[in-house]
Amino acid sequence: MRLDGDGLIDRSRPLAFTFDGRQHLGFEGDTLASALMGAGVKVVARSFKYHRPRGVFTAGSEEPNALVTLGHGAGQEPNARATMVELYEGLQAFGQNAWPSVEFDLMAVNDLGAPFLGAGFYYKTFMWPRAFWEKVYEPVIRRAAGLGTLSRKTGPERWERAFAHCDVLVIGAGPSGLMAAMTAAEAGADVILAEEDTRAGGRLNAEVEEVDGQAGHAWAEAMRVRLAAMGNVRVMTRTAVVGGYDQGTYAALERLATEADRALKGCFWRIVAKRSVLAAGAIERPVAFANNDRPGVMMAGALRAYVNRWRVCPGRRVAVFANSDAGHRTARDLKAAGVHVSALIDARADAVCDLDVPFYAGGQVCGTVGRKGVEAVRFRQGDRIEAVQADVLAMSGGWNPSVHLSCHMGGRPVWDEGLAAFLPREGAVPGMRYAGAAMGAFSTRGCLESGAAAGRAVVEDLGLQAVEAPVPGAEDGTYEITPFWHVPGKGRSWLDFQNDVTVKDVTLAAQENFTSVEHMKRYTTQGMAPDQGKNSNVAALAVLADATGRGIAETGTTTFRPPYVPVPIAAMGAGAKGKGFAPERFTTSHAASVARNAPMIEAGLWYRPSYFPKAGETQWRQSCDREVRMVRDHVGICDVSTLGKIDVQGPDAAAFLDFLYTGMMSTLKVGRVRYGLMLRVDGHVMDDGTCARLGDRHFLVSTTTAAAGQVMRHMEFAHQVLRPDLDVRFASVTEQWAQFAVAGPKSRTLLEEVVGQALGNEDWPFMACGDVRTGGIGARLFRISFSGELAYEIAVPSRYGAALFDLLVEKAEAREGGPYGMEALNVMRIEKGFITHAEIHGRTTAFDIGMQGMMSDRKDFIGKAMAARPGLMDEDRAQLVGLKPVGAVKELIAGAHLFAPGAEAVSETDEGYITSVAFSPMLGHVIGLGFLARGRARIGEHVRMVEHLKGSATLCEVVAPGGFDPEGGRMRG
Amino acid sequence: MRLPCPICGERDRREFYYAGHAVALERPGEGAGAKAWDDYVHNRENPCGETRDLWFHESGCGAWLVVTRDTASHAVLSAVLAEEAAR
Repeated sequence: MRLDGDGLIDRSRPLAFTFDGRQHLGFEGDTLASALMGAGVKVVARSFKYHRPRGVFTAGSEEPNALVTLGHGAGQEPNARATMVELYEGLQAFGQNAWPSVEFDLMAVNDLGAPFLGAGFYYKTFMWPRAFWEKVYEPVIRRAAGLGTLSRKTGPERWERAFAHCDVLVIGAGPSGLMAAMTAAEAGADVILAEEDTRAGGRLNAEVEEVDGQAGHAWAEAMRVRLAAMGNVRVMTRTAVVGGYDQGTYAALERLATEADRALKGCFWRIVAKRSVLAAGAIERPVAFANNDRPGVMMAGALRAYVNRWRVCPGRRVAVFANSDAGHRTARDLKAAGVHVSALIDARADAVCDLDVPFYAGGQVCGTVGRKGVEAVRFRQGDRIEAVQADVLAMSGGWNPSVHLSCHMGGRPVWDEGLAAFLPREGAVPGMRYAGAAMGAFSTRGCLESGAAAGRAVVEDLGLQAVEAPVPGAEDGTYEITPFWHVPGKGRSWLDFQNDVTVKDVTLAAQENFTSVEHMKRYTTQGMAPDQGKNSNVAALAVLADATGRGIAETGTTTFRPPYVPVPIAAMGAGAKGKGFAPERFTTSHAASVARNAPMIEAGLWYRPSYFPKAGETQWRQSCDREVRMVRDHVGICDVSTLGKIDVQGPDAAAFLDFLYTGMMSTLKVGRVRYGLMLRVDGHVMDDGTCARLGDRHFLVSTTTAAAGQVMRHMEFAHQVLRPDLDVRFASVTEQWAQFAVAGPKSRTLLEEVVGQALGNEDWPFMACGDVRTGGIGARLFRISFSGELAYEIAVPSRYGAALFDLLVEKAEAREGGPYGMEALNVMRIEKGFITHAEIHGRTTAFDIGMQGMMSDRKDFIGKAMAARPGLMDEDRAQLVGLKPVGAVKELIAGAHLFAPGAEAVSETDEGYITSVAFSPMLGHVIGLGFLARGRARIGEHVRMVEHLKGSATLCEVVAPGGFDPEGGRMRG
Repeated sequence: MRLPCPICGERDRREFYYAGHAVALERPGEGAGAKAWDDYVHNRENPCGETRDLWFHESGCGAWLVVTRDTASHAVLSAVLAEEAAR
């Protein structure tokens, strides 16, 4: 029900919303929780396991009960905490984990089985038959237990990611955080003040209190306005700092003010702070007694927030139960708001009360009565049990400082007997200081003072001068508390409301010897729900301590891990959705290829055409076979710009390349190209490619598409670290040059037209390179061949690439040729026995691929010493061979293994494997490349290919790699 | 994590490529035995505390760095150009 009075809501701006389809009204400034309370909705959720009716329990991000689904369809958001959802016009919320509704939930039948559903029930019960677990038990359990569900559709919501840097990050904008931020800001520090709530003030927004002679919330708002006006302060409300990491790095989740149909939800921040102040406040803890989960039971501090800030109350008659002065404060605020207080039950026997309410010192609530909500509260005073009528029970078991962020780097909190609470450990996070309730200062005055002190301390750490300023006057009460966790008695007493863990579950865990707090957690699931046990963990370990006869300090806490509040994966991965996951690199011929309907295939981040389908071709093999014949009979054009190109220059360029390649590059003549291998330091092949000498001190190294980055890194290492003495400079020019292969018997006449000069064997022999001109621009021409045909590669600055591609294709088509794609390129290189990274896959040596002769013994090069290890030159090693099927089965499969024809196909008899397979239109059968033990000596022998996954087997003949035109006459032609 | 690149200043670790211990700086000379090469390529200390390792500022200036850091506290103590460390 809505109370009279001001609060922090704007009654002139009513907002219509629905819950489970029913229309309600709230006001600007409401949360969904306060609006539901104002509308008289009591049951807002069903519990995780037992489907018990649940109501709003807290007023903050620790809320365990009031989880709802926002919206519906693709963008529906499950598990939204109603206490954190800002109300907006048209908001649609739905109850979850219930059928047909949270008000009337047939799955509540689970609650009847509660005696059997205790901790470890699943482990003990669903043991056999084993196959039943996956097929029967788990699906059934998963349907019955749980939270909200995702739509399983691609959501429209968007998040952003951002980085921020500051001198001081203040976590929390309550009285302590505001003072810390102001003190640091006035000293000139660059400050970020992050606050999870929509407004600054923390508890000041929830209490009736004065600071500096004005209402606490008004003082806080004035402070926020002052801070926001300073050039060196960023005030970030709606921003929860969720994790603390190395080097003063913090993660924070900023939510945008919610609005219907806004796709952008917020921003995931990485904030780097030289210093930080943890002023995250404290979370009030419940007391466990029978049926303490009934709607209407809630935290006393939360009730004060609802009454004072939002002017709502979940009922008409409130009973209050506390073990500190929190009870008196709650009763006082309720009375001031005109709400009837039916009992104030104070667990402290010596407590006194000056309020005009029924007061019971030394009382303990032992149960609630009601169905879908509290109707009466039963309590014990001395040996009497009494009952009072109440539809709300506000309880307080004391406060737990929010130490979480002080523990994210492995620090453990310290138990304080006097406060009956865990406090953050000094120095647990480098650069972090603590202030206010987070370090156990529970009075407003104490918060203001410790905030100012923390601010001064970080300012001095930074070498700045703090400005002396008086701390504003405020309430300075004492915090006297009798630790009180659990009222013994019959009936289930809840600890973890979100995961349905009761006192009995924790004591059962102790009985079954899960006495370590970490074991108890995993056995009972205490603290494992989305709320991570924010308001329940300390009470649960107190119960465990009790059950095991240990102290709380000795029992210890479970590990606090980020994030402090749930963070959508979509927020952490912002920008990485769809194409954002991997950027795309396009060649200059991309548009032309797509226009010809070529399916584009990924090569790293690049996209390359698979094949260029012609009318009537219904599957890729038809296009591929045609393109192979087209190149071999006429001429084909292929964009090879994705290969890495590294321009190497300097007086020592040749010596540097000698050090990188296995072969000699210093003996290469200007205007010539040589094939080269680079090894890793461990002696295995890293990459292969060509090296062109463009001038005496100028080389162009080409790499494979896949290894371009790796080779560049390797070269930088070789130069900067191993041979800094060499005077050489190099740069990647992959993006700067567009390069096209022109391959086939008609390539010469085609290119002669394009470059306007003779390209015969005398003018431009095999493996020649040099500058040419085309269309008035400078170009480079290389006579190299990856197809085995007479072929050239022509390179122009990238801005001319698209035009040159069109020109080359046009001239090729005039000669019965055309463009060809990766499939045809691959078939032709397998026909020729040329290797790619399918063969140099990181475990093969120059010896394995038959190129041991390329390892020069006249010089040192990277990998030389390790390649000479006996095991890497062993004749028994698997060596590169060609394969062709000879039996009835004509199928070869890349990845299949090779065995002697009569041998059983098991790993002990394994003799090798197939790396590349293609149908050769020229040879008329399937061909393969692979590695076979002693392969080079076994040409002509038969081996059996076995592919275990498909159960396929093929008898093969071992042949030399490169069965097409083995003498290479065509490419030298 | 951020590394203080001597050329670019403090930069996010996403800009760097990690390449193991700085032992890689001390390439054995020609004629060094198998043991020396085995140690150079394969054998690494696993210290709890200070260690030196190699980082490549791949998305930055392209410099190889020798970074001294503490494996226990995660503190980054210094970064120098590998080119200078190798001299």
